[in-house]
Amino acid sequence: MAKLIELKGISKSFDGERVLNSINLYIRDGEFVTLLGPSGCGKTTMLRIIGGFETADEGELLFDGAPIRDVPAYKRPVNTVFQKYALFPHLNVYENIAFPLRLQKVAEESIKQRVTEMLRMVALVGFENKDVSTLSGGQQQRVAIARALISHPKVLLLDEPLGALDLKLRKDMQNELKNIQKAVGITFIYVTHDQEEALSMSDTIVVMAEGEIQQIGTPTDIYNEPKNAFVADFIGESNIVDGIMLADKSVRMSGHTFECLDGGFGKNEPVDVVVRPEDVDVVAPEKGMLTGTVTSVTFKGVHYEIIVDIGGFKWMIQSTDYVAPEQHIGLYIEPDAIHIMKKSKFSGMFGDYSSFSDEIDTLSDADAAEEF
Amino acid sequence: MLFADDGICLKMKKNKSLMHSIAAAPHIFWAALFIVVPLLIVVYYAFTDVEGGFSMENIFGLTEYFDIFLLSLELAVIATFVCLLVGYPMAYFIAKADPKMQKIYMMLLMLPMWTNLLIRTYSIMAILDDGGFLNTLLGTELHIIGTKGAVIFGMVYDFLPYMVLPIYTCISKINKNMWEAASDLGCSPLQVLTKVILPLSLSGIISGVTMVLVPCISTFYISQKLGGGTFELIGDTIERQFVSGTLNVGAALSFVMMILILISLWVMHKFSDGQEGGIVP
Repeated sequence: MAKLIELKGISKSFDGERVLNSINLYIRDGEFVTLLGPSGCGKTTMLRIIGGFETADEGELLFDGAPIRDVPAYKRPVNTVFQKYALFPHLNVYENIAFPLRLQKVAEESIKQRVTEMLRMVALVGFENKDVSTLSGGQQQRVAIARALISHPKVLLLDEPLGALDLKLRKDMQNELKNIQKAVGITFIYVTHDQEEALSMSDTIVVMAEGEIQQIGTPTDIYNEPKNAFVADFIGESNIVDGIMLADKSVRMSGHTFECLDGGFGKNEPVDVVVRPEDVDVVAPEKGMLTGTVTSVTFKGVHYEIIVDIGGFKWMIQSTDYVAPEQHIGLYIEPDAIHIMKKSKFSGMFGDYSSFSDEIDTLSDADAAEEF
Repeated sequence: MLFADDGICLKMKKNKSLMHSIAAAPHIFWAALFIVVPLLIVVYYAFTDVEGGFSMENIFGLTEYFDIFLLSLELAVIATFVCLLVGYPMAYFIAKADPKMQKIYMMLLMLPMWTNLLIRTYSIMAILDDGGFLNTLLGTELHIIGTKGAVIFGMVYDFLPYMVLPIYTCISKINKNMWEAASDLGCSPLQVLTKVILPLSLSGIISGVTMVLVPCISTFYISQKLGGGTFELIGDTIERQFVSGTLNVGAALSFVMMILILISLWVMHKFSDGQEGGIVP
């Protein structure tokens, strides 16, 4: 697949605050790419630069090899689905979808055919003459998608398009969006702060933090081989423990030497060790590689979420077997469950569950919503 | 509106409703004394003759003022149209300026309104007069005062802010998303204006047109001063009736004008139904 969009050293500041710092990225034709990160990481700004709503301060933006940094939005073969839908309230469903074609002075017959085709794709046949303000959020979103796709853009940009929908509808729309992308076969660039959404929809995920790209990879790469503590923490749950690389395939942490699969580090190099909560087995204390005391247990439906205090560091473990609080347990970790990362500026900031509570998650979600 | 207030009061606790009644009393008294009573007086005079008996003569006699009415309408419509032509781009420009500048522009727009309308009209007279400032400055002998143009100019100058304000309010309320979505979907800057912003600011335009057209139709001092005595508009006619003592005819004229304005407001309201951001209720 050829490079369709290329960002070379893109930087952008607002009021002296750098929101994008020398971004290099290319996006291939037909790919479903997700820009994933917490609020304020610069993902939306990046999307707006590609859409033509912001101009980068520095760097080059190439489309099909040609520079388009100074091409206005209306001349770019790129359409956007906005978070708040941005449907035109003075037009009905049909006219909203037909809007781009009317601008291009497409013949009435052809407009009718293409709008009908779009309505069928987004399952809104029969809604032609409805006032857009009478539609539900999900229906408005479908109209916005149909309107953005009807002029056959080469790229569709989606700015947290499912953010305003409830959970059930969101899951349905995720599948539908993925199907639509396969059907039209064009590049989708999708912005979200929801890691689950990113993992389930994307061909490629671009994890961003503090205006910089932290990691680019497939969902499985990002989950299994996070590059640093930020990525490991942001995608799923992780225990991130300080460790020392004794030799290739041997790491010491929490007072025990573990066998692992990673290598290529310096002798006795300090590293961050990631262990996913679902990869830790609970065993009897005498059989465990590590032992600790259970401090809290939360029932999550599929599993129990167990917080274990091991020498002052709190681990999260997910287990289908119940253990009681205050119980002394042993932990067993397979070599392939241990992932070693180089130290980064995010080391020590994440991965300890001593202050963990669901409340914090809720708070950061509210923050994310506020950004828009 | 007063009755609606009462209805709400009834649903509340008794002592609260009493408080509301007391609080509303001055307003009700004021509205009754200075709005309702004068209107009733106008209606009374419109349908009575000099002796005080019921009469339709005043109303039927109004046909002789038909030409004056048409002239008033013509000038008012032209002035309103010019206001719209000048005011819309102004409102658009102000709404798109950065917020700090918007405040300054709004102040500049409102500043002339701090001066009394009459004084402003006199100033225009002084500027446009045959031996006035403009002719002295240019060294010409242009005859402006006394033409339709001068009257229209006066109307536009006096009432322009009433056109700009509702349109500005309307445009500045349009979500930034609309601009971006329009240009994203292929609208050039001009098309963004004509295909999206103009239709979305229709209610502002209707408000503005109403707020300019109504005072333009009924104005009398602008036509007296800038018309140089060559014009008589409907406002002048009404004023003349009251000054010369033919109260019944003046009242009948006022009454008919009021009905016409109410009808046109109602039509405008129907027309702008479902649009948000208008000032006309």
